[in-house]
Amino acid sequence: MNAARDLQPVHSQENRPKRNPFAFLEGWLYLLPSIILFGVFVFYPMFRSIYLSFFLADQMGPFEFVGLENYQYILGSDSFKSSVKATILFVLYTVPAGILLALFLALLTNEKMKGIGIFRTLFSSTMGMSVAASSVIWMFMYNPSIGVFSRVAELLGFPAIQWLQDPDYALLAVSLSTIWMNTGFAYLIILGGLQNIDTHLYENAKVAGVSYFYQLRRITLPMLSPTLFFIVTVSLINAFQTFGQIDILTKGGPVESTNVVVYSIYKDAFINNDVGAASAQAVILFFCVLLLTILQFKLGERKVHYQ
Amino acid sequence: MILAKRISLYTVLVVCAAFMMFPIFYAFSISFMEGGEVLGGQLLPSSLSLDNYVEVFQKVPLLTYLVNSFATSAIVMVGQLLVSSLAAFAFVFMKFKGRDFLFFLFISTMMIPWEATMVPNFMTVQNLGWTNSYIGLTVPFFALAFGTFLLRQHFKTIPKELYEASQVAGISRFRFFWNVILPVSRSSLITLGIYSFLTNWNMYLWPLLVTNTESARTVQIGLKQLQTQEIASDWGIVMAGVVIVILPTLLLLFAGQKKLQKGLTQGAIK
Repeated sequence: MNAARDLQPVHSQENRPKRNPFAFLEGWLYLLPSIILFGVFVFYPMFRSIYLSFFLADQMGPFEFVGLENYQYILGSDSFKSSVKATILFVLYTVPAGILLALFLALLTNEKMKGIGIFRTLFSSTMGMSVAASSVIWMFMYNPSIGVFSRVAELLGFPAIQWLQDPDYALLAVSLSTIWMNTGFAYLIILGGLQNIDTHLYENAKVAGVSYFYQLRRITLPMLSPTLFFIVTVSLINAFQTFGQIDILTKGGPVESTNVVVYSIYKDAFINNDVGAASAQAVILFFCVLLLTILQFKLGERKVHYQ
Repeated sequence: MILAKRISLYTVLVVCAAFMMFPIFYAFSISFMEGGEVLGGQLLPSSLSLDNYVEVFQKVPLLTYLVNSFATSAIVMVGQLLVSSLAAFAFVFMKFKGRDFLFFLFISTMMIPWEATMVPNFMTVQNLGWTNSYIGLTVPFFALAFGTFLLRQHFKTIPKELYEASQVAGISRFRFFWNVILPVSRSSLITLGIYSFLTNWNMYLWPLLVTNTESARTVQIGLKQLQTQEIASDWGIVMAGVVIVILPTLLLLFAGQKKLQKGLTQGAIK
């Protein structure tokens, strides 16, 4: 549900609204289902999360006002520190590598060649894979005795690594599987962006006889920048929201090395029954995503080339 | 020289495809293996035995899970199409006070990560008595800002004259929406439909929270259950479960990849 986001600013509409009470009612009527659903399942719970973050609370609701104590408590706890560290590392491991991989595959398949459609379908296929199914497959691949990674390591003479049980490797292993899972979507978006580039630009370049890399640097990447900007934002936000692969592959362990923020919220709210602390973390997550969106937009607006 | 370039490009493509497809191929391959072959670390099964597929239906109530996933994904798909298209229609074809404000409100829902609201949402659904039911699994997802924007992009390409003509002919706004706009927007609706079916079939965290009985679970939670209970004994059965779960969405993706690519780029960038 969070896969793609529209970040365009509100354009002033071409006509000023007429002051006709009937039109007003009818307009709102068409929007009413959305308004009610957003109200109940997006805005109300967001405010409720902020409210609960000031209370000691369990799954039944709040029972004691504690002001900022939840925030003080989590900001001082080692568990939250490791969760912040895991989240930031996870973002750094997955986002740049994932986008570069998708960009590389998209550039490869943007050529007009026989059978290219098959490759396009194959490269986008992970978009149809659920997090649960992908995680189960990767769990098997990481299996220290029979998985493919240890087989290859064994063949090459490397020592077997307990990928998911070793605190030094677990986050890296989860990140690698995540890059694979997200490639399909990023690939599809970037390929779409490439195909929107005006082919005349390339024809002129061909006449001028410039090299492939010059063309890439001077035409393709600048023209692709709105798409890249979009996919960077979406990937960052998605990385902050990671849950499924952690739940199946590592459960936040070993020694909290993969306890990313959403998993930490889940654990506090539904396992430790500490809804106050979970809400405080949810509020922090919300502000991170908000800040990121605004920052991306402000920075992106200046650097991105729009047609 | 040109030929050499072609050949090298195809080689790179094939190598990339082999790496990308390996996990999926591996899952298919293991789903046909007997326990001994899996433990032996073989890459290909010695025979195409369907035993694991038969057994996975006996280990967990996979059929029930499949029905639940199909039903909830279909319900969310129809719900999202209806709610989003109504909203998009109002944004494109109607002028009224507060429209710009509402548009801003729709955009702002995209800045609220769903995970930051899941705890209160869980409480709401629990208080309404919606846990372990289709309604609790589906209704919270009916409104979708992305879907509204995607359809809005398409509705904007419909000539305004069509709308004016319908008003002259005295056709009610809703009939115009239902009988004219929806049929001419079929391709966008299909794109959004594929997208919502995919995302909801693959949803993990929400069904994990709001279902705790076997009769209400979806396939994704079934996979987790299968993996936890079968892990030590038989990977072949687990992978048969994986293949059954990914097959519908993979087929849907293969069929709708072009449409999806176009739709996602449109809704996202323009």
